[in-house]
Amino acid sequence: MKNKAGRSISIMIAGSGGAGAMTAGAILLDAAARAGWYGLMERSYGPQIRGGEALAIVRLSNRPVATRADTDQVLVAIDWRKTERFLPELRLTPDSLIIGDSKMGDIPEAFQSLGAHEFQLPLTALARKIANGRPNMIVLGVIAKLIGLPEDITIAALEKALAKKDAAARNSSIEAVRSGMTAAAELPQLHSFPEAPPDPVERWSITGNEAAAYGAVLGGVRFAAGYPITPATEVLEWLATALPELGGVLVQAEDELASVGQIIGASFGGAPAMTATSGPGLALMTECIGLAVAAEVPIVVLDVMRGGPSTGIPTKSEQTDLNMAIYGLHGDAPHLVLAPMSVSDCIFTMQWSVHLAETLQAPAIVLSDQSLGQTRTIIDAVPDVAFATKRKLPEALNESYQRYEDTESGVSPMSIPGTPGGQYTADGLAHNEKGHPSTTASDHVMQLSKRLRKITDFDYGRHWAEIDGHGETAIITWGSVYGTVREAVEEMSDWQDKLRLIGIRLLAPHRPKDLAAALRGVKRILVVEQSQTGQFHDYLRARYDLPGETRSLSEPGPLPISPQTLHDQIAGWN
Amino acid sequence: MAANTEKLTPRCYKSDIKPVWCPGCGDFSVLASITKALSALSLKREEVAVVSGIGCSSRIPAYLNVYGFHSVHGRALTVATGLKVARPDMTVLVASGDGDGFSIGGNHFLHACRRNLDLTYVVMDNQVYGMTKGQASPTTDPDWEAGKLTPGGTGLNPFQPLVIALASGATFIARCSSGDQDGTADTIAAAIRHPGFAFVQVLSPCVTFRPEQRGWSNLVHPAPVEPTDDPARAARRLLTDDSFFTGVLYHNQHRQPPPSTHRQEAHASVLKEAFKVL
Ligand SMILES: Cc1ncc(C[n+]2csc(CCOP(=O)(O)OP(=O)(O)O)c2C)c(N)n1
Ligand code: SF4
Ligand SMILES: [Mg+2]
Repeated sequence: MKNKAGRSISIMIAGSGGAGAMTAGAILLDAAARAGWYGLMERSYGPQIRGGEALAIVRLSNRPVATRADTDQVLVAIDWRKTERFLPELRLTPDSLIIGDSKMGDIPEAFQSLGAHEFQLPLTALARKIANGRPNMIVLGVIAKLIGLPEDITIAALEKALAKKDAAARNSSIEAVRSGMTAAAELPQLHSFPEAPPDPVERWSITGNEAAAYGAVLGGVRFAAGYPITPATEVLEWLATALPELGGVLVQAEDELASVGQIIGASFGGAPAMTATSGPGLALMTECIGLAVAAEVPIVVLDVMRGGPSTGIPTKSEQTDLNMAIYGLHGDAPHLVLAPMSVSDCIFTMQWSVHLAETLQAPAIVLSDQSLGQTRTIIDAVPDVAFATKRKLPEALNESYQRYEDTESGVSPMSIPGTPGGQYTADGLAHNEKGHPSTTASDHVMQLSKRLRKITDFDYGRHWAEIDGHGETAIITWGSVYGTVREAVEEMSDWQDKLRLIGIRLLAPHRPKDLAAALRGVKRILVVEQSQTGQFHDYLRARYDLPGETRSLSEPGPLPISPQTLHDQIAGWN
Repeated sequence: MAANTEKLTPRCYKSDIKPVWCPGCGDFSVLASITKALSALSLKREEVAVVSGIGCSSRIPAYLNVYGFHSVHGRALTVATGLKVARPDMTVLVASGDGDGFSIGGNHFLHACRRNLDLTYVVMDNQVYGMTKGQASPTTDPDWEAGKLTPGGTGLNPFQPLVIALASGATFIARCSSGDQDGTADTIAAAIRHPGFAFVQVLSPCVTFRPEQRGWSNLVHPAPVEPTDDPARAARRLLTDDSFFTGVLYHNQHRQPPPSTHRQEAHASVLKEAFKVL
């Protein structure tokens, strides 16, 4: 599958530590958004804590995009130091263009062997002509010209990015951008370049981590606790400043055991509460998530997944915490597991998760991942949605109040501390309806059934999955991979007649009847996920009846699944 | 903390659940001291929460008629921290054992002292894991040979909770003996009144696995000096005492708890302004 002209362009800027590749990439994305483009920017770094080599990958399109492009059109290297490490991430073709700085010598052998067009520009020399001029700003000008970004818009984005710098520094950057634009006149014209949409509507520039945090506060979260961990930290950072604006607060905890304990305490006190972490932190939290199940305290735990096991690859994406999220609690512990399928869906899924946790008085684990969390994306403004979120409170409090009453729905009235006459003890010990510790079989079974019933019998409506197409071949996927799959199938003509695309948002509890309905008439199923061992495939096989032949496309990280691989799988099957 | 007009007796703070403790266990007396302290302060039952971990001592919340949380082993302070930050209007007490508070929950102890929230932390120290039937705890003497996992004794330096609380930033530090029910009640009441993190170690015998602790009531003696607000003096005193001084040993009223960061309530959707391009 070739990246069709008119769909998108992918531009990469590489450089060693301090060269400013990321700054140039971020301004490029912002400028393109101002000019009406959709797009996204991924960041790839060397292992150094600060100042390592960096690769900014900017994809621009006239339609919304959710994933990296299948091919990259332009690579600009501010310098070549240590940039070989990025070779496996590049998707350059003979049609692509590699631009180097003539001062930095020949384009290295390894890059030459990719067979792309090569071009040298005097980046450093041009920068030196300007007082405090920097080559990365020359590069920004070169790219802006190359893709047809208007000068005024590029400079407006630059000025915003450098708003905190003094006027002299800003002016030399502006001069450098103009100089780069002039220098780009020498470059060959790219033929596959799409045009910006003519009439841009309101756009947002947002990462999945920001989106998840925003969705959480829309859902009503007013207390958060967390311990820093890549790639989830930005969620906590965003909440640390946002929550006080809303009368809430974030506490930096001493570890993840404390984060989850604190949100349970806050939620017991009546404040909708969340934490954000990644795999190692989720592992530490599992005991207390079980406490939230047993004591029926609503909490939301966001896991921004990274490559595992153990410390793994903190800065890269994988979908490998699925098993832990679904099966990781001890005892029979029904809880919610959800996963957003795009950056904008991080808003909806988090908001919905808070709603469900509060309504069902149960913990919800939300599985985002590094690629959603840390990719800055230009999307259409996301309209507000509202859920009538309310904990079930006791109607009248008297001697007969029972915190864990065996109600029909399984949801019992939860008295909030401070309410006279509603005193009870929340307990992780098996208990009776009053909450008194009990080891009798009938109490245990009654409370287990109540907690299972409230989760499984709830009407989740249509949000449990995204279902599109009506073909006989179904593709079932989840999380960030949904975006890749969707883009790949949209490249096929009449795909909706041939394929059926199902992205599951609600992973636990499983919805056998809903999936059976979605699969009616399906003859074959391809399960797609980013996990070496096929955790999602196993989960589907264990919990659902899958008609016809089922195949699994499961690849580990750290490289994203490419649309091409997927396309080959589908094309080769019929 | 609001006063109530009708006087609540200690009995009013008790639930009707019968404790599971062994007859003679020191924790009965600690339970009584807590209800006496709550009564002395005339606290409304619904405005008090007692949070605990797991252990014999951690069973206390269910025996009280206030809001309670019997959480998991070692995490009482974390749950209490979240509750207190979200609900600064509640009076929050935390109950632990020496295993719960100093071993599995040891890290939270350090950080709760540092944070200095307005919590009252009552640790019933019996120098043993009672609930799991008699293993050594961090405060067990190194030569105690009856611990089944440490035959021949632990050989380890006992944990010194009061010194550690001081070094970590607790602003009220006291030791009590469950044998002195009224004295313990007074100290717990003072701890509740203290506006920062108050740590109260209660020597509370485990009559089943440490029967020799019945003799503790003869060993304890009130500290011969007034409470100090000087950490250096307190440190010297705590390091050299015989572990049986009782009373308030350190009380610093100058270091105030962190201010609440809750601000005015805006609607969440105003935050989207920051995402808009341009
Ligand atoms: C994670 C975990 N590990 C171990 C236990 C078993 N356990 C229950 S109570 C306890 C020790 C209790 O000792 P302490 O805190 O001193 O309380 P006491 O019973 O002496 O009052 C242990 C180890 C547990 N409940 N949870
Ligand atoms: S085992 Fe010890 S601590 Fe536990 S109830 Fe019995 S006497 Fe008390
Ligand atoms: Mg003990």
